[in-house]
Amino acid sequence: MQIHPILAALRRHKAGTLLIALQIALTLAIVCNALFIIHQRLAHISEPTGVDEPNLFVIENLWGEQYSTEEAAAKVQQDLATLRQLAGVADATQSNSYPLRGGGWDNFITMKPDQISPTTDSSIYLGDEHFLRTLGVKLIAGRDFHADEVQNMGLRQNFVPPVTIVSKALADKLYPNGDALGKPFYSMSDKPTTIIGIVDRLHRSDVSTWSVPFANESLVWPVRDAQPWGVFYIVRARPGQLDAAMREAPKALYAENRMRMISPKDGVQSFAQIRHLAFESDRGMAVLMSIICLVLLAITGAGIVGLTSFWVGQRRRQIGVRRALGATHRDILHYFLTENLLISLAGIAMGIFLAFGLNLWLVKQFSSQLLPLVYVLGGVVLLILLGQGAVFAPALRASRVSPVEATRPA
Amino acid sequence: MLGYYLDLAVRSLKRNKILTALMIMTLALGIGASITTLTVLRLLSGDPLPQKSARLFYPQVDPNTLDGYVAGQTKPDATMAYPDAMNLLHARRAKRQAVMALTQAKIIPQHANEHPYFSDGVMTTADFFGMFDAPFQYGGGWTADDDENRAALVVIADFLNDKLFGGANSVGKVIRINDHDFRIVGVLKHWAPQPRFYTQDLGSRDYGDGDGVFMPLQTARSMDMGPEDTECYASVTDVEHLELAPCEWLGMWVELGDSAAVTDYKSFLDGYVKQQIALGRFKRSDTALLGLMGWLSDQQVVPNDARLQVYLAFGFLLICVVNTVGLLLAKCLRRSREIGVRRALGATRRAIFAQFMVEAGIVGLAGGLIGLLLAELGLLGVRHQPADYASLAHLDIQMFLFTFVVALVASLIAGLLPAWRACVMAPAPQLKAA
Repeated sequence: MQIHPILAALRRHKAGTLLIALQIALTLAIVCNALFIIHQRLAHISEPTGVDEPNLFVIENLWGEQYSTEEAAAKVQQDLATLRQLAGVADATQSNSYPLRGGGWDNFITMKPDQISPTTDSSIYLGDEHFLRTLGVKLIAGRDFHADEVQNMGLRQNFVPPVTIVSKALADKLYPNGDALGKPFYSMSDKPTTIIGIVDRLHRSDVSTWSVPFANESLVWPVRDAQPWGVFYIVRARPGQLDAAMREAPKALYAENRMRMISPKDGVQSFAQIRHLAFESDRGMAVLMSIICLVLLAITGAGIVGLTSFWVGQRRRQIGVRRALGATHRDILHYFLTENLLISLAGIAMGIFLAFGLNLWLVKQFSSQLLPLVYVLGGVVLLILLGQGAVFAPALRASRVSPVEATRPA
Repeated sequence: MLGYYLDLAVRSLKRNKILTALMIMTLALGIGASITTLTVLRLLSGDPLPQKSARLFYPQVDPNTLDGYVAGQTKPDATMAYPDAMNLLHARRAKRQAVMALTQAKIIPQHANEHPYFSDGVMTTADFFGMFDAPFQYGGGWTADDDENRAALVVIADFLNDKLFGGANSVGKVIRINDHDFRIVGVLKHWAPQPRFYTQDLGSRDYGDGDGVFMPLQTARSMDMGPEDTECYASVTDVEHLELAPCEWLGMWVELGDSAAVTDYKSFLDGYVKQQIALGRFKRSDTALLGLMGWLSDQQVVPNDARLQVYLAFGFLLICVVNTVGLLLAKCLRRSREIGVRRALGATRRAIFAQFMVEAGIVGLAGGLIGLLLAELGLLGVRHQPADYASLAHLDIQMFLFTFVVALVASLIAGLLPAWRACVMAPAPQLKAA
């Protein structure tokens, strides 16, 4: 196939050629950035938490009366005993937060008490001796808390317990040589806390973008949350009994002590609901981006079909002449396919610059990440296929033009 | 003349229905997406108090140590420590001033069988209501003396009054909050500025229904109600006595009448900080006095995703316009013979240009109309999102008109090139070919 005659013909249709190329360029720029964003959001949505999600649920329990620290701690203990007695419940614990809650308590972590810029940032969970077992996180080194290590923390009390269990991500950040067990660190206090246990994975309680550099860095302190307003109960149901346990638990708690508030709307949430809620906006964004990508590709495809159809109609006589002079159906088909390929390639060349330009702008405006080359390559393949697909039907029609057309006036 | 062009345009559009439908749908999709996302962005970045926002300012000082400090480049903290807030409040250098923090108020119903529940609470000072133009249904706010005397008074929102007293005048009645009795002095009319500018950086309430109870700050503090958010700038052991701790948990707003008053207040603020440095309490001299809208943009109230969606939608519209240009161009070139005949019969270039622009305009208006339906559909989708601003996403009259402006501008831009090509065409070759 000779390219020269195609170029000569395109020179007579500058505006149309340029428009298709421009449209392909813009589509490429937007589609590959959108695909990248979709991929990032989907990766975020499917982040593992390290906890036994299928069997867990969380109760947000708010106290109806004002309790002192001791009273609140006693009430918490009593509630946990009630929950553990339920048939469908395997274990229960209390905490100030849970993974994927969105927000929560986080502290700067330093290696020395007087260090100015922090080493890292960790999500803080308060848990008792049932915390690890209930959540089903895997202890990979050291030991769990003993019951006598657990202290009560009341209203605006702020102390650093002497021992802690940390996630592997935090342990590796603080002690990269893998010898974190038994070592101390400081958490916004002049008293150290010593690592007595390391768990394989425990997701942070927030899902924000600012904490991406501190992903999965979390610690558990042996503390009973005795705040006067309330506490979260994390409950692990026996396999297959999640729904029943979620129905029974609030009833049992109300039966034991009426002076509490468990919102009938979202006071009891399964972990599946928690995960759904945590990534709602990411899912929305991924869906929106996908729809826009699809519609954009459809529009670009339709535009190519429209303009090529017009060109075919305009050139019927020339096609007839070529056919009369011996060009086969296949020659004509190839002519239009090649023409589209050339225009697509020009558009793609422009589009690659636009795609990286757009990405740089996104990095600057929204501190997103650099676009990996594979997305641009994917976009290029997608658009070439789209162009060839879109041009195929008009090109087929062109190839069926009879040589007799050459004799008819235009 | 316009009637004739309209007739010609409709005939031409009818001749190739698929191409026409494609152009209209392309524009409609682009316009629908742009208007939907723009409506949400406008909602999120709107002015919460349009009549007052130009006169409201947010003073900031910086009590941090010199660690990591770069003179002139470090922004002061968003909230204030108690001593500074009180000093600035009592100085009374602005027309009105109030300090505030958020808290959760546990409301305990009178009837024995009802469950207690939490309501969003604001701990603030007397000028709050006058400064923010909060409208009262019954009664009014409290006085500065009530603030100092730690009077157990409360202003409640309309929705709380409906819930507790069936909407009747409840001024003088007593409600129980966190196990303390408060006497109601005022009931607000519906008041929910969007976004809730005064809660920025004090807690996480950006949009939604508004706060339920408003209590004098000192009274609430004496009853051990704490702020929702506390930032400490030095290590703390005793957070029980927040008033004495090196912690920031209060926001302050001032009302300043004119630009001279703003300049005066800024120099007062600078002077205050210099004085604190001399006393050894402060190390940094930076201050800020942002206006309400400036403060909101500084706080980045508008989620990045919402802005990203608007840019994406307008990129999409751009592609739709390019696409329409291509299709219109194809249509127009196909009609070169018709143009030749019209030109030969005496139509001027201007007439041909006008004819094609009218045709583009019709495509635009049709696209706008369908785009409007798509935008309504899109907003319906937004309203079903779980975000706290979702229920507010509606197309107002301005956006309604703006839709058609966008549609017309987009289609006329799209029509420019084809119309130009049509009107410069020489008539003779077109006629000869026939």
